[in-house]
Amino acid sequence: MYVAVKGGEAAIANAHALLADRRRGDRSVPALRLDQIVEQLALGVDRVMSEGSLYDRELAALAIVQARGDMIEAIFLVRAYRTTLPRFGYTRAIDTGAMLVERRVSATYKDLPGGQLLGPTFDYTHRLLDPELAAGGEVAEPLQRASDADAMPRVSAILAREGLIEPDGDMPQDHIPGDITREPLEFPMARDIRLQALSRGDEGFLLALGYSTQRGYARNHPFVGEVRIGEVELELDVPELPFAVPLGSARVTECQMVNQFKGSTKAPPQFTRGYGLVFGQSERKAMAMALCDRALRATEFGEDVVAAAQDEEFVISHSDNVQATGFVEHLKLPHYVDFQAELDLVRRMRAEHDARENAGKAEEKREAAE
Amino acid sequence: MRGQEARDQQLERKAVMATLAQSTGDDIVRLWNEAGLPSEAEFLRGPETGLVTVRGRIGGGGAPFNLGEATVTRATVRLASGEVGHCYVLGRDKQKAKLAAIADALWQDPTRRTEVESKLIAPLQAALASRRERRRAETAATKVDFFTMVRGED
Repeated sequence: MYVAVKGGEAAIANAHALLADRRRGDRSVPALRLDQIVEQLALGVDRVMSEGSLYDRELAALAIVQARGDMIEAIFLVRAYRTTLPRFGYTRAIDTGAMLVERRVSATYKDLPGGQLLGPTFDYTHRLLDPELAAGGEVAEPLQRASDADAMPRVSAILAREGLIEPDGDMPQDHIPGDITREPLEFPMARDIRLQALSRGDEGFLLALGYSTQRGYARNHPFVGEVRIGEVELELDVPELPFAVPLGSARVTECQMVNQFKGSTKAPPQFTRGYGLVFGQSERKAMAMALCDRALRATEFGEDVVAAAQDEEFVISHSDNVQATGFVEHLKLPHYVDFQAELDLVRRMRAEHDARENAGKAEEKREAAE
Repeated sequence: MRGQEARDQQLERKAVMATLAQSTGDDIVRLWNEAGLPSEAEFLRGPETGLVTVRGRIGGGGAPFNLGEATVTRATVRLASGEVGHCYVLGRDKQKAKLAAIADALWQDPTRRTEVESKLIAPLQAALASRRERRRAETAATKVDFFTMVRGED
């Protein structure tokens, strides 16, 4: 017999009202404005944009405040919002070589054209908590220096001149970039689709996998050829205009990981590459993505697939934190009927088990008595 | 020759659109009001917000892949004099999209072009250029100057 039950409507409504109250917190403390979050929690906003896969700072800030700072909940909100909007098209591919660079460092070349630009980095800070920040002190304007408007070629171009590095990844001429928002995932997948999945993947998950490759699970000797952060211009082809429409600029982080490669039956000894590209200023994520991209190319280079980071189905199926949280968190929702069935089953098995035990004991007793 | 002229004009129009897209809605509204430009137009479409999928390239210069979505607001307007203006800009600022579409239409009217360029586009371009220059100079101040340590006597 199937019995439908209803209930909890008042409890749910009251819980949501309580959530709204707790979200606001102490009313004597001023409420956060979205521009404060955009300006002062900018890297949190960038993470929500990158993993929410939607470039819109104000929406990401709204999601963060609505989620009480729970980043995965905020990412979930942004993903849900995306589905309500029509899609106007695909932009032309961005040119990271023409980026208005705000940070650019290379761990492989000291004197590369354009130089090492540290930008607004946490690197080389002492990681000491700053009491002055807590006291809300004034912050000085940054220093300026005349900039030589040097072109800043991607570091891969420098190694390419010697022919010691593989070229940028190509796909067949007539290949249309796959889109995981339109087609279900299928394995094995092409590298373009994998990169789309990795770019919106969970930072923590990809970081841990990247770390695992460094610790020896699919070791591939990485160097940061280059990390660059800055704004790139977006352009869209539309039917009503004879040229690509400039849409404005978006900030992205790009990581070119350079990996040593001894060569195999498929390729000569050379440097191979992993690529990372994410929305916003998100260096750790771009680096983790590049490490994972390289590890996932194992079969392409004839390497043995021995570690989790090389297992495409494992990595890509578990990299999306919205899917992951959905499936893990659904466990707390009512499973009364499922559980009732399990309970009946366990009771029956236990009864059968006990009956067997008792029968066995009775047999022993009988044998002992004889 | 005519083809070349038409292409030059397209490039100029694109540059005007780029300036409007890069500028903030607040700056556009302020200059619009100061210039007293007309904000009346018939909407043929929008302003409406949707998504574009941003594409990157594998390795920076290889085959394209889909990076993620961005919000874009678009509008198409027609002036009483017949010019049709278009606008697509990042974000959800409908007022900005509306004014940018009208600016595109006004710019196509040869009798209004100079006014639009001098009172709206030129000041926006100047503000963008100085913002960009400041960014560059601030970044340049964080450039590493390597020097070699001399060890030992002579």
